Amino acid sequence: MLFTSYGFFGFLLILFLLYYTIPRRFQWVLLLLGSYLFYCISGPTNLVYILCTTLTTWYAARRIAANQQRQKAYLREHKEDLSREEKKSYREGQKKIRRRWVAGCLLLNLAVLGVVKYTGFVIANLNGILHAFGGTVELTWASIALPMGISFYTFMAIGYLIDVYRETVPAEQNPFRFALFVSFFPQLVQGPIGRYGDLAPGLLGEHPFDAHTVTRGLQRMLWGYFKKMVVADRVLTAVTTIIGDTTAYSGAYILFGMVLYTVELYADFTGGIDITIGIAEALGIPMAENFHRPYFSKSLKEYWRRWHITMCSWFRDYLFYPVSTSKWMLKITKAARSRLGERVGKRIPVYLCSFTVWLATGVWHGASWNFIVWGLANWVVLMLSEELEPLYAKFHARFPGLDNRNLPYKIFAVGRTFLLICVLNLFDITSSIGETFRALVSIFTAGNWPVLWDGSLLELGLTGLDYGIAGVACIIMLAVSLVQRRGSVRDKIYAKPYPVRFVLWYGLFLIVLLMGAYGIGYDASQFIYNRF
Amino acid sequence: MPTAEKRKTKGLVKFLVSAVIAIAGVLFLQQLLQPKYVDGVVEGAFVAEFYREENKDFDVIFIGDCEVYENFSPQVLWDEYGIHSYIRGSAEQYIMQSYYLLEDTLRYEKPDVVVFNIQSLQFNEAQSEAYNRMSIEGMEWSPAKVGAILSSMRPEEHFLDYVFPILRYHSRWSELASTDVEYLFKTKPVSFNGYYMRVDVRPAENVPTGRPLADYSFGDNAWSYLDKIVDLCAENDIQLLLIKAPSLYPYWYPQWEEQVDAYAAEHNLPYLNFLELQDEVGLDYNTDTYDAGLHMNLSGAEKLSHWLGAYLRENMGLQDRRGDPELDAIWDENRAAYQAEIAAQYERYGMKAD
Repeated sequence: MLFTSYGFFGFLLILFLLYYTIPRRFQWVLLLLGSYLFYCISGPTNLVYILCTTLTTWYAARRIAANQQRQKAYLREHKEDLSREEKKSYREGQKKIRRRWVAGCLLLNLAVLGVVKYTGFVIANLNGILHAFGGTVELTWASIALPMGISFYTFMAIGYLIDVYRETVPAEQNPFRFALFVSFFPQLVQGPIGRYGDLAPGLLGEHPFDAHTVTRGLQRMLWGYFKKMVVADRVLTAVTTIIGDTTAYSGAYILFGMVLYTVELYADFTGGIDITIGIAEALGIPMAENFHRPYFSKSLKEYWRRWHITMCSWFRDYLFYPVSTSKWMLKITKAARSRLGERVGKRIPVYLCSFTVWLATGVWHGASWNFIVWGLANWVVLMLSEELEPLYAKFHARFPGLDNRNLPYKIFAVGRTFLLICVLNLFDITSSIGETFRALVSIFTAGNWPVLWDGSLLELGLTGLDYGIAGVACIIMLAVSLVQRRGSVRDKIYAKPYPVRFVLWYGLFLIVLLMGAYGIGYDASQFIYNRF
Repeated sequence: MPTAEKRKTKGLVKFLVSAVIAIAGVLFLQQLLQPKYVDGVVEGAFVAEFYREENKDFDVIFIGDCEVYENFSPQVLWDEYGIHSYIRGSAEQYIMQSYYLLEDTLRYEKPDVVVFNIQSLQFNEAQSEAYNRMSIEGMEWSPAKVGAILSSMRPEEHFLDYVFPILRYHSRWSELASTDVEYLFKTKPVSFNGYYMRVDVRPAENVPTGRPLADYSFGDNAWSYLDKIVDLCAENDIQLLLIKAPSLYPYWYPQWEEQVDAYAAEHNLPYLNFLELQDEVGLDYNTDTYDAGLHMNLSGAEKLSHWLGAYLRENMGLQDRRGDPELDAIWDENRAAYQAEIAAQYERYGMKAD
């Protein structure tokens, strides 16, 4: 069910009405039923996967928590009887048991994710290798449709399991309550990747009707629909046309296409998350923010602190830290320091850990070499930036005016980062790595710059009016982001007299209604991040 | 009144006033953005015009697509035979829409005769959203309209788009014309009891023959709606006359003719194929068509109406209702408009009246 479909609006309306009329203690039950209905509509067979993840994670977490309780009780009971060594040995024994539960559950869920998402990719590569060595055997695989949101809910479940293991959250006793955390419908489409500790109190709590809260949620949703329907879905046609034929549309078209795609991706993804958070807010459920004006970043490193925040923090907490503090990584660090010296040696684990994270990030985004190379390209740029840090420092020392306190330099840094993101994003949309590089090279070799102003862009499926609407909408998005730096825009609007507020929000509603790319003549498109 | 209660009341009033303004604004925009069909493509206005008729006690109702609304003149039927008739047709009106339009018509009065043009049997389902819109949008809300929508919707269409047309026409703001403002809250007649008049002439030359089809059978859905039309007429004691208008193109295949012949015989229905009655009617495709044989012009439509009126009087037992003061007054007014339009079109096309 698309967020932009009439069916979804009907579903939401009924859900909201019921949510605020039934006894509050049943609100979470309604959300669970609604979430499963929403999920069922996306494909009833998909329920098998989400149920498998829910039940295995819930059970494993309970066993881990039970083991922790047992351990505490045993140690309390035998506080005086056991020596320090015996206590340590007992603790380690119990920890091993808990680790087995974590490992088993992780393996099972990642295996499910791996099979449905990556088997086709692996088989295709195996066939390629076999053919390269003269093999004639063709391995086949019945492709499985990717269950909606599997990458998101699997990561959420894994995060919960590790949190329980780390004793940062208690294990949920009720499987149905845990099922709601995994399946809460707005986040199934494209995240954010919520944490149990943050999300569960809101999901499972009781929420009386509060007109102000509901209104704020609806306002956030409206802003999301503006980004999705007025910008993202409008420019989609031109992006698809260019990327669909990078031979015909090379050079300046590629530059235009990748900038347009970067705008589309922003409007699509942040718009979708605005809708998700807005729905949750209207239901009285706080949700983690996923963006912090990412295109205002002055470096790629900063960008990754501001873009898809919940994914990045997930990889940091559940992959980077465990890998960097693992025994084998400590051994590598020690060996590298002794053999390569202190300065170089201490960089080796940084490279290895961040390499692991960026490889995983690339793989998580999709089963293709494009995403893997995209992830590693990010890693290379980030590592290079770190290594060149002393050089930058020297430059800034030599030219003290040219730093981030200087507005023109700040604009230059933001523009440079934006362009870098555009280049990296090209890996997202082209069909192969070779095509990506050919397309990039063509920007410098095709020499067809006049297409940017001679009317050729009007043959990409968008009219001048479409470009005009998208352009004005982008200016509105930019203006809102600029204002946001000094606090919530909704709070600022709320402080205005009622007629001004009404005109602003009603105006935004009419813009979406009249200028949204929906209905006959437009292709309703799913959110880009839904396919991840 | 305590302060809290006062605040609550104030909040409620504010909400209600805002809601009224918001809804009124959307309704106004909806009205503005909907096509008015008063110039250019006027066919979209035909269906709605029926409801503005003062006297709906028609003797004959024509149902069908352009092959009825461009080929028969109710004015001639009245002037020559005293037959009070109306054409409920719109562009490429599909057979399911014809059925529901008939059902809709019967909500008012029951005619003695329904004339149904069987050209639309060739379409088992709706082919174009634009034509669906022109046939259905003008219908007043009733179970018949709901049925017409549900039976006609193409995969890309939504029922809600018919309930709230702004969802369909939301992007039309960029092509608004002065007529959208002029006819925001009013309309003007564009047909003559459903007849779309054209006086210009374009002789039929080099009429293409039909290309062979893989399957000449009409679809089950199309047949089922013809069955429904037959049943509806039988239930309401209405005589049903099947016709095929004399349009040379789109091509009418002999295999199609055989199927309609067999159906008419099986159901004991009269069936007139005007393609075979050209000489009897006196049609001349050099002078009686305005688009090279697809549709009749005024001359052709009047010849056809003249012939059909006689047939209806002789075979369907229709009475001459001239002399009824109410109908006379209505048709006098219609005639004035009809003749004014003829004069205007003669002038527009630089033609001389005979």
